[in-house]
Amino acid sequence: MSATFLGTPAFPTAARAALADTQLRRNLAHATGTIRAKRAAVVGEVDEWERLRLAGAALKDRTLRHLDTYLVQLEESLTRAGATVHWARDAAEANRIVVDIARVHGTDEVVKVKSMATAEIGLNEALEAAGIHAWETDLAELIVQLGEDLPSHILVPAIHRNRSEVREIFLREMGRHGKAAPRDLTDTPAELAAAARAHLREKFLRAKVAVSGANFAVAETGTLAVVESEGNGRMCLTLPEVLVSVVGIEKLVPTWADLDVFLQLLPRSSTGERMNPYTSMWTGVTPGDGPQEVHVVLLDNGRTDVLADEVGRQALRCIRCSACLNVCPVYERTGGHSYGSVYPGPIGAILTPMLRGVGHDTQLDSLPYASSLCGACFEVCPVRIDIPEVLVHLRTKVVDAHRGEPKVQNLAMKAASWALSDARRTAAAEKVSGAVGRVLRGTKRRAPGGRGVLGALPGPAAAWSDARDVPVPAPESFRAWWARTDGGRRGNGGAK
Amino acid sequence: MSARDEILGRVRTALRDVPGTETPADVAVDRPEPRPTTHEDVELFAERVADYKATVVRCTPEDLPTHLAAALEGVPRLLAPADLPEDLRPADAILDEQLTTAELDTVDGVLTTAALGIAETGTIVLDHGPGQGRRAATLVPDRHVCVVRTDQVVADVAAAVARLEPTRPLTWISGPSATSDIELDRVEGVHGPRTLIVLLVG
Ligand code: SF4
Repeated sequence: MSATFLGTPAFPTAARAALADTQLRRNLAHATGTIRAKRAAVVGEVDEWERLRLAGAALKDRTLRHLDTYLVQLEESLTRAGATVHWARDAAEANRIVVDIARVHGTDEVVKVKSMATAEIGLNEALEAAGIHAWETDLAELIVQLGEDLPSHILVPAIHRNRSEVREIFLREMGRHGKAAPRDLTDTPAELAAAARAHLREKFLRAKVAVSGANFAVAETGTLAVVESEGNGRMCLTLPEVLVSVVGIEKLVPTWADLDVFLQLLPRSSTGERMNPYTSMWTGVTPGDGPQEVHVVLLDNGRTDVLADEVGRQALRCIRCSACLNVCPVYERTGGHSYGSVYPGPIGAILTPMLRGVGHDTQLDSLPYASSLCGACFEVCPVRIDIPEVLVHLRTKVVDAHRGEPKVQNLAMKAASWALSDARRTAAAEKVSGAVGRVLRGTKRRAPGGRGVLGALPGPAAAWSDARDVPVPAPESFRAWWARTDGGRRGNGGAK
Repeated sequence: MSARDEILGRVRTALRDVPGTETPADVAVDRPEPRPTTHEDVELFAERVADYKATVVRCTPEDLPTHLAAALEGVPRLLAPADLPEDLRPADAILDEQLTTAELDTVDGVLTTAALGIAETGTIVLDHGPGQGRRAATLVPDRHVCVVRTDQVVADVAAAVARLEPTRPLTWISGPSATSDIELDRVEGVHGPRTLIVLLVG
């Protein structure tokens, strides 16, 4: 019961498919527009917002430049507070640690609160392979999981689904995995949320082991914080006997007193609220209150590679607020799936290739180009990550990695003129286009405005047209039309 | 090599450009100071809590019993932390002496005090000390009635963090639970208490 981003085509191809999906585009435009307006309003309330941003960026820089010191300090604080600390070099190691903890407790299920880190490492798939169900408890993640689907936005992962689709998924799937949805379920969001409450409560009350991430980890005290809205986080962090938190090594902040800067920056940038409904903080084990066995898995999985890149390092300041997604003209039109990663949008376009490395994968190498470099992402970023700067830096790295290979674009231009100069070849291109279109969307593609567009051109032009919409050539050339109709004065003067 | 040593080694290699003499304090951080509390903050707190679709009732200590009774109407089985001050505790309240989670699921509401309130964000913070119950007690029941004294209200988030003790578990609550996951339509009340009533006394 899971889907992965594996095999996502390069950004331009995936984006083109998404562009043809009008439902998706409407949902996205509505979502990003609404959140943008809310954010702007609550950010405007804070007189010293710019100073807060600078403080947030500086605190994260301080952490990152001395990360070894802070990691060791965090480990000590956590251990002192009764938590067990694990270190994971990569996804496989982190997954193994979590699976082993679940196994020791003889459980075949865990409840999960939404966490980008566990999505990044594919923890749910690893648990399932070990015969352990991982129940996502965030409403949107539940919709995504029950629909065997992929998240499309950091904050509202199911934004590509509308209410009637959610109702169908709940009616069809909930009963297969636990408490069924009421048969008379309507598609009002309140009723759908109530169905999720009833379905998940059963799981919260019986789960022995919970898995979370953390928004922040305080080195000085060993305090972890999870910021959320629905209360599923509180359920996971409080009710089970065992809690495992997978924490990226960039999530640290130096001291308890530093936390308030981020607690001000995050909710306003993220959901556009002064404060999110619930924030939970815990420091190891509290006797008689909450989980009595607490594990923290410190995850590298490519982060030290990002850290080693002096320009790209700033991406590790990211607090995953998703503000950069909501202002991005490219994201707004293509949605999250096109980025082929759990980290979509502008931050995904820089973080994903840096975490996995450039120069060995077309999909990854295409991501730094998924931007018009308009700079809106930098302006909203609460920790002032200069995403355009990193994008340009990564483009250079991609080009450097491919030096010596034939100049793809020149070759493709020549090929395109060859293909378009002959009606027969064009027809072949249209046929290919149709096939590609059907494979991608099951519909004939239309450019914005309804104009027909060609998909991939055949032969060597494919590489070039992959990244562009080539207008469908008219069935009759202008010269042929002029000759046939005497410039429109004769016969059928209209176009064929 | 252990994963720990390997990761720490990678971190050190990655940071080769950072001069060995640099200390964390060398990375300057200029940050806004906590704002001092003024008497307008109580009003602001009440307003902002209400903004989140929580119910806010302002009252004097003398009126409190009347308002408390009203807030607890329709709650046949009320849970109270065993150390809730006696003058707040209704006679028929069930005391939480480590009830099981299943037992918690059978009560209809819970009554607690709080550690502090934050005016700017309309937040109540529980540090789960005396009168506030353990975390599960304010989570599983469907109604949370919380008594906050006006002298517990601080101006902003920075002031709250400065006052709180991080070694305690902390729950920050800004309105009842909510979701906007379906078409961005806000629905109040998902997993936590669907009704939050704040009695602001003083
Ligand atoms: S890059 Fe900045 S704006 Fe984007 S998600 Fe991260 S913190 Fe938010």
